[in-house]
Amino acid sequence: MEMAQYVAQIQSFTALALGLMIGLGAIGACIGIGIMGSKFLEAAARQPELIPTLQGRMFLLAGLIDAAFLIGVALAMFFAFANPLLASLSG
Amino acid sequence: MAAQGEAAGTSTEYINHHLTHFKVGEGFWTWHVDTIFMSVLLGAVAIWMFWSASRKATSGVPGKWQAFVEIVVEFVDTQVKEVFHLDRRFLAPLALTIFVWVFLMNAMDLLPLDLPGIVASWFGIHYWRVVPTADLNTTFAMSLTVFAIVIFYSLKAKGVGGYVHELFTAPFGSNPLLWIPNFVLNLVELLAKPVSLAMRLFGNMYAGELVFMLIALLGASWAGFTIGSSLGMLGQVVMGAAWAIFHILIITLQAFIFMVLTIVYTAMATEHH
Repeated sequence: MEMAQYVAQIQSFTALALGLMIGLGAIGACIGIGIMGSKFLEAAARQPELIPTLQGRMFLLAGLIDAAFLIGVALAMFFAFANPLLASLSG
Repeated sequence: MAAQGEAAGTSTEYINHHLTHFKVGEGFWTWHVDTIFMSVLLGAVAIWMFWSASRKATSGVPGKWQAFVEIVVEFVDTQVKEVFHLDRRFLAPLALTIFVWVFLMNAMDLLPLDLPGIVASWFGIHYWRVVPTADLNTTFAMSLTVFAIVIFYSLKAKGVGGYVHELFTAPFGSNPLLWIPNFVLNLVELLAKPVSLAMRLFGNMYAGELVFMLIALLGASWAGFTIGSSLGMLGQVVMGAAWAIFHILIITLQAFIFMVLTIVYTAMATEHH
């Protein structure tokens, strides 16, 4: 194969992988945040006096849930702009 | 097509330029001077902030600055008090340091994207990444320090023998057949802590930085007063503002999470099974 074809193949597979990484990560994070948010609202409606305590923990968990997704996004972005898999072709 | 390819080339160059550290040295001994300089500078800023408040502290009516510092200190102290029930004269200041320092380092993300590069170019430096926490070296240095403190507290609470005993017998039981599975499980649990702590902070900051760069590319495609260019510029302003506001939440949250997890891990280390 021509070099251009190798590059195109790697780039197309990387692009697909990026879509999967960000998309699937987003699905998971959104479901997680959704479940947690609904439970928080339920709990807040039942016992409004607990809101300050629960709010702090909710934000903590929101950060934890988001983190895995954002790590995925960071990795995906890294592959989008400095694809290390292409390096073996130039070497 | 040619013009598009060229534009893609320059935008990749732009982003790569912004992702390159100012390095000194080679191989293992590569120093990221920008990361070290910024983190030390921000640490000094944090110390100065709290020192200036404590120097002028009064027991009477506090000024605005003193009130703010008191709120922060009290907030962190409450967080520590809720989770950690032993003597917290070491852990509470540690948590406060982590919170303020990580927050300041994260807050560098809110500076205009090209500003640090421009300032650095006055001194003849081409690369300058301004967010120290978007560098794995910083986050791993912090998380490994926390890891060492966790191990220290484990040893202090249980003694060397007690800790080793716990490592080999903790979740399943003390049957000699279960020593190996216990130990493997504990090892994974132990190592997952610093890795997840560092990767979480790094991932958030790196992704945030990259999204700012991508938004900046919208305005960088400016080619005179055409509809496309104007839309790009408008998009940059609107999306940049929206992401920056959302990012204020993220930087605070990540500093908070790093602090809380440090406290939680240390508290877990002092508990007996």
